[in-house]
Amino acid sequence: MQEQEYDAFTKKYFRTDRFPHIWCPGCGLGTAIQAFVKAVEKSGTDQDRIAVVSGIGCTGRAAGYLNFDSFHVLHGRAIPFAVGLKLANPKLNVVVLSGDGDLFAIGGNHFIHAARRNNDILTICVNNFNYGMTGGQLGPTSPLDSITTTSPYGNIEPSFNLPWLAASSGATFVARWTILNVRQLINTTIEALGKRGFRFIEVLSPCPVNFGRRNNLSEGIDELRMYQKHCEVADFSDPRLADIKWEDKIIIGKFVDEEKPVYEEKIELLTQKIRGGKRG
Amino acid sequence: MSPQTTRSVSFLSGNIALVEGAIKAGCLFYAGYPITPSTEIAESFARRMPQIGGVYIQMEDEIGSIGAVLGASWAGVKSMTATSGPGFSLMMEHIGLAVMLETPCVIVDVQRGGPSTGLPTLPAQSDVMQARWGSHGTYEIIALSPNSPNEAYMHAIKAFNLSEQYRVPVIILMDECVGHMYEKVKIPTEDQITILSRKTPRNTEHYLPYEPDDDLIPPMAIAGEGFRFHVTGLTHDERGYPIATREAQNKYVLRLSDKIRKNEEKIREVEQFFTDDAEVVVVSFGITSRPALRAVRTARQEGLKAGLIRLVTIWPFPEKTIRDVAQKAKGFVVAEMNYGQIFYEVERCASGKPTILSPNLGGEAHTSDEILTRIRQVT
Repeated sequence: MQEQEYDAFTKKYFRTDRFPHIWCPGCGLGTAIQAFVKAVEKSGTDQDRIAVVSGIGCTGRAAGYLNFDSFHVLHGRAIPFAVGLKLANPKLNVVVLSGDGDLFAIGGNHFIHAARRNNDILTICVNNFNYGMTGGQLGPTSPLDSITTTSPYGNIEPSFNLPWLAASSGATFVARWTILNVRQLINTTIEALGKRGFRFIEVLSPCPVNFGRRNNLSEGIDELRMYQKHCEVADFSDPRLADIKWEDKIIIGKFVDEEKPVYEEKIELLTQKIRGGKRG
Repeated sequence: MSPQTTRSVSFLSGNIALVEGAIKAGCLFYAGYPITPSTEIAESFARRMPQIGGVYIQMEDEIGSIGAVLGASWAGVKSMTATSGPGFSLMMEHIGLAVMLETPCVIVDVQRGGPSTGLPTLPAQSDVMQARWGSHGTYEIIALSPNSPNEAYMHAIKAFNLSEQYRVPVIILMDECVGHMYEKVKIPTEDQITILSRKTPRNTEHYLPYEPDDDLIPPMAIAGEGFRFHVTGLTHDERGYPIATREAQNKYVLRLSDKIRKNEEKIREVEQFFTDDAEVVVVSFGITSRPALRAVRTARQEGLKAGLIRLVTIWPFPEKTIRDVAQKAKGFVVAEMNYGQIFYEVERCASGKPTILSPNLGGEAHTSDEILTRIRQVT
């Protein structure tokens, strides 16, 4: 491996001794993760108070490259692990970074229940419309008619509308950006880091190698052009309209931003009431 | 403190005694999902945790429950969950993760009849091999088998101690009988028990999360203290970084197993009755060890030289105890509430001595007569 010089920011937030990373050329993960750490830096969040939990998949590898306390756990189970981590140490700022297949197929049940309880976790889902790490299979967010290795004749399943799923499950903060909207993504992440409760950000991100090339988006730039053409920023629009369909508009922006009682605060109140004192 | 724990002797069910023991051990986090016949454990924790400043959370399923337990353990809190057969099956993948990340935690399986939904309200001891091998891959585990509410209390403490000491998930293999029976439980005073906690790294400088000490166990950092460590379920090196080579696999997985195997003697606990001169040795555990002891006593009254080895720790299997006793014994009877699990372990260590099974597919505990009949068959 060639010795490389990294700037101070990169050294601060990334485990540069693990580079080069495993992500493919044209993948949007680098941009998505970079936006996350820039938000951490800009928001002034204490790096040592952040714990990153990832499941399995391409985005799941993010935990391993980030210079925080980080946990690369089971496929689909980042959220319950994060729930335990946060409850056991309420001072932590717990962030789940994982992919669409991990969070919404195998892990879907944990997502909706953590949102319902309003567990104090920020979940960032990098959605690339397929299972990239295993070579491009159909996932719960693969658009209708899309070609994947397990939908060779076109996807016959409707896909999840993630902002609507999050909002209807009870998430207090719901937003969607693409990796083309770096500035907005950073600002939204800064905002989300400063709030409490179950917060969700979806980041649309190209996977040219495994998804794009089978769906007329063979270069990373092709999917970015698609975003540019179809995405429409509309804050606080109805998340029911946030479905992603080919050749139709994709709504991006902030869908939900509200205050609700946070689970961890309720535990504190319960302890106060029953014990007459604090936890621990 | 609840009134229950202020008295030195209480009348408790096994499930409730176990909760009180866990609290005594310092457990401050419980995540679970209700399932018969373990539900009283969740109910008791739901009542007790707010009283002691701990956390009870009811998760969406058993997978989430044990996932949250692992997360809480990495925040430095002693954590546990409890379940029964179907839920235990759902927990298997996370047990492997707990082994791989070397995460201290306690899992209680109040065994009921299976397969599948089986006999939800009735006992069995048929998850013994599942506890040992249920998660994929090569690993060693510790499992305990209490045979009374009093022991359920003590085993909760023992399980936390072992899990903290060896950084391994510890399973308490109860059964419905012990979980639901009410008996006298002696609540120990502080000086009667030892509470152990995991060793922690001395400083954040040069900390390698998987660099073991001479005892093969690495000190464990917790999240939020500036270590900026990484852990992964992938095979990893001392830094906690994934590494996919045969050498790394060999090195890491060997250590995971050896930290238990090499300490087997320290972990092992068995109780022996009349084995000094025994010709027929009954091997049993959990609820079955009680009719087994009665059968052995009756056999003695009949002039048969019978003895009993009760497995207090089931895993790692106390091979040496069986091998030693096999030197003098003529044969073994294994009484367990299944169709042969520990039986094969005993047979393996019996030096060719005849070993017969006193089977029971679950639903009701053995009668002592059933076991006595088998003792007579060996002599």
